Amino acid sequence: MTLEILGIAVLWLFLFFYVIVGSIDFGAGFFNAYSAFTNKQHILTNIIQRYLSPVWEVTNVFFVFFFVGMIGFFPLTAYYYGTTLLVPASLALILLSIRGSYYAFATYGAKINHRGYIYMYGLSGLLLPASLSPVLAMSEGGFINMVNDSPQLDYWALFTSPLTWSIVVLSLTAVLYISAVFLTWYANKAGDEKATDLMRKYALVWAGPAIITATGIIIELRTHNAEHFARIMDLWWLFGISSLLFLGTVFLIWKRRKYGLAFILLVGQFFTAFFAYGISHYPYLLYPHLTIYDSFTNETMAISLIIAFVAGLGLLLPSLYLLFRLFLFDKDYVKGKSDYHA
Amino acid sequence: MGFEDTALLSRILTMMTLSFHILYATIGVGVPLMIMIAQWVGIKKKDDHYILMARRWARGFVITVAVGVVTGTIIGLQLSLLWPNFMQVAGNVIALPLFLETFAFFFEAIFLGIYLYTWDRFEDQRKHLLLLIPVALGAAASSVFITIVNAFMNAPQGFEMLNGQLVNVQPLLAIFNPAMPTKVAHVVATAFMTCAFLLASIAALRILSGSTHVYHKKALYLMMKLGLVFSIATALIGDLSGKYLAEYQPEKLAAAEWHFETEANAGLVMFGVLDGEEVKYAIKVPYALSILAHGVPGEEVTGINELRENEVPIPPLWIHYLFDTMVTIGMSLAALSFIYVVAAWRGWKFIQAKWFRLLVLLGGPLALVAIEAGWWFTEVGRQPWILRNFMTTQEAATTSGNVDLMIILFGGLYIILGIGTIVVLTRMYRRNPVEQELAQREVEKGGEQE
Ligand code: HDD
Ligand code: HEM
Ligand code: HEM
Repeated sequence: MTLEILGIAVLWLFLFFYVIVGSIDFGAGFFNAYSAFTNKQHILTNIIQRYLSPVWEVTNVFFVFFFVGMIGFFPLTAYYYGTTLLVPASLALILLSIRGSYYAFATYGAKINHRGYIYMYGLSGLLLPASLSPVLAMSEGGFINMVNDSPQLDYWALFTSPLTWSIVVLSLTAVLYISAVFLTWYANKAGDEKATDLMRKYALVWAGPAIITATGIIIELRTHNAEHFARIMDLWWLFGISSLLFLGTVFLIWKRRKYGLAFILLVGQFFTAFFAYGISHYPYLLYPHLTIYDSFTNETMAISLIIAFVAGLGLLLPSLYLLFRLFLFDKDYVKGKSDYHA
Repeated sequence: MGFEDTALLSRILTMMTLSFHILYATIGVGVPLMIMIAQWVGIKKKDDHYILMARRWARGFVITVAVGVVTGTIIGLQLSLLWPNFMQVAGNVIALPLFLETFAFFFEAIFLGIYLYTWDRFEDQRKHLLLLIPVALGAAASSVFITIVNAFMNAPQGFEMLNGQLVNVQPLLAIFNPAMPTKVAHVVATAFMTCAFLLASIAALRILSGSTHVYHKKALYLMMKLGLVFSIATALIGDLSGKYLAEYQPEKLAAAEWHFETEANAGLVMFGVLDGEEVKYAIKVPYALSILAHGVPGEEVTGINELRENEVPIPPLWIHYLFDTMVTIGMSLAALSFIYVVAAWRGWKFIQAKWFRLLVLLGGPLALVAIEAGWWFTEVGRQPWILRNFMTTQEAATTSGNVDLMIILFGGLYIILGIGTIVVLTRMYRRNPVEQELAQREVEKGGEQE
């Protein structure tokens, strides 16, 4: 394995973690707002406060890790993506701020439970994936042009492309689906039957749209980026495994069995699809301008980053384990029997 | 939109974001240490007041941390969005501390979550205190790492430019650049100092608004003692920072001091106005500039005119006022806490007078002003360079339009976040004053004994 591949694999893995934990967070906000809208708010609010509040900062660090690591391993991406992403990334940052301040002001702080705030928090959970995911469409090429030697984003092309919109819709359905499956399990663990039923229903509702949009994107790619499409076809078996795992999750949820296993299968489904997509994207970071080879940092830096990464991981994994044991797997805490908040 | 305009706008936006973030970041670095000290004193003296102090501070701290995380994420991305050419070089040479910083964040965020949600979960308070150590370490480490990046911008080394190509990169050499030791030490010390004075301010505010509970007096005394320690440390390290400047960035020191002619026995100029090259209405402390720069009065300090002859670009001369602001506040706060501690020890009563309490109340906000002044001084004093002697701010800026729109957008966001923090914090503490919480705790304890 070359250093380039090792670097991108590490970053892709962390992006994957962010996609999963972020989706849970974004989707929960949306479901919370939706149930406030239909006057069933109490059902979800507790769960959000018990699980999401202690871990949202950690969720956020996964995101920071990804973009800081990207600049470290592939500095040239700062030039291409940094120049072109000013507007979309700034919008995403504003949305992130709404979410962060919701935790700060509404759940830790003075308990401002104004409805408008709850709706904003919920809506931002949907807008965020919608504002971040077009970057994936951009990476397929055709939207960034070189004008006077500097990259420029062609907004018109981006926003009229069916590819962009199918990626946006996929990100939305995936967020809601991932979140609903996780919350079904968590609510079940908390012994909250009402919440479990509600979330189970949402999980089943969003399963179909999620898989349909995912397939749709592959078809879009065929016309948009034939080279990438061909590579995806070579990896058909990985996508096949992913589909089987998907069926497994839906089956378990349908039958009201083993919600924990259902969530694990879901993570497996997204893991295989995410990596199959990543591998088929290889070696491009941005079609056709940038590959992982011509944007890679110098060798000394790469090696020192990897050493730092391994050392950091040694600290990180045990701490994450401790965190999850306390807030995810501790029965009393999950059930709300023990409240030790400062 | 012209090239120069985007550079100017990018500077304005960076300035806004960083000036806002640094307030929260400073609190994020310093307050965990204060909480730790309070909890430790409480455990050692078996004094419930200090434990409650730690707990109440921790509650407020979560809110500032959350805003710190939000604004930090913003600046982290904005650096790439606004300064893509700079980040490309930075990525190649100084990415290591940036990357390490994310691990420090992880560490801090994880243990902060655990610490906050495990109050009274352990029989032994000391175990709970242990959880705070990684929080304090993580926060301090993240400020160390990010300050290393800033030090690198002031004194870049560890790479070579060959025909526009970066070669021979040595990440460790880039980290241990000459600006790093003084800068890192000064930033960490000032964060501790600022938080001590901020918490003292809050105690003074409660006493001034009529609360007579001994809780506030204990908090005030503890924080003034710590404020004294850290303001002395700040001044000492600030002196070393001056020596660093004299050696490696003489143009910044000369501009800050309106020091035009190279000379020995140079005096330190405080305040005043500039009329051409003539300094008017200023206080001049004899020999002090030579001492700040080299430690002895007889040494020569390089002046602006000599630097101009050698074609060294001179930063804007108004940084003089920023430097003055910072140093004056630093010296005044050291004096204030010194007087308080001595008077408390000797039993002098004037420190309980209203006027003195008002001075203490001013201390916290002033320390924050000094933080801003210090950063503005060091950043504006680096102009026109973004990477001293290698890349100018103009060259580094984005070519993308719409920066003006982003200034409005983020400006609005910071206003909302700033107001939100203040409103939420005051509401939170007003709804649950110390007296009430102490009474509740008594009742709970009473209940246990029965
Ligand atoms: C509470 C805040 C505070 C206080 C009271 C002081 N400083 Fe400071 N100073 C800072 C907060 C600060 C800072 C925000 O931490 C800076 C900005 C950038 C940096 O590295 O530290 C800084 C920078 C800074 C620099 C520039 C370093 C550089 O550009 O590399 C010098 C020479 C001093 N300080 C010197 C002093 C002296 C002699 C002080 C006398 C008491 C003093 N500072 C008090
Ligand atoms: C957190 C405290 C900081 C504050 C309050 C601050 C303040 C400022 C100010 C006022 C400017 C505008 C200077 C001018 O344009 O004349 C600026 C510029 C800038 N600062 Fe800082 N700064 C801080 C720390 C940092 C750090 C740690 C870094 C690097 C990692 C950094 C990177 C930059 C960059 C890239 C610019 C724009 C380019 C330039 O004007 O040179 N700043 N900052
Ligand atoms: C010397 C100036 C700075 C200090 C002391 C500082 C310190 C901190 C601290 C302690 C936090 C954690 C939140 C908290 O506890 O309040 C934080 C958040 C953050 N800072 Fe700063 N920071 C500084 C400047 C910068 C700059 C220039 C950047 C950009 C490279 C930056 C990037 C971030 C990021 C990305 C976060 C959020 C991390 C997360 O998601 O947990 N900081 N900063």
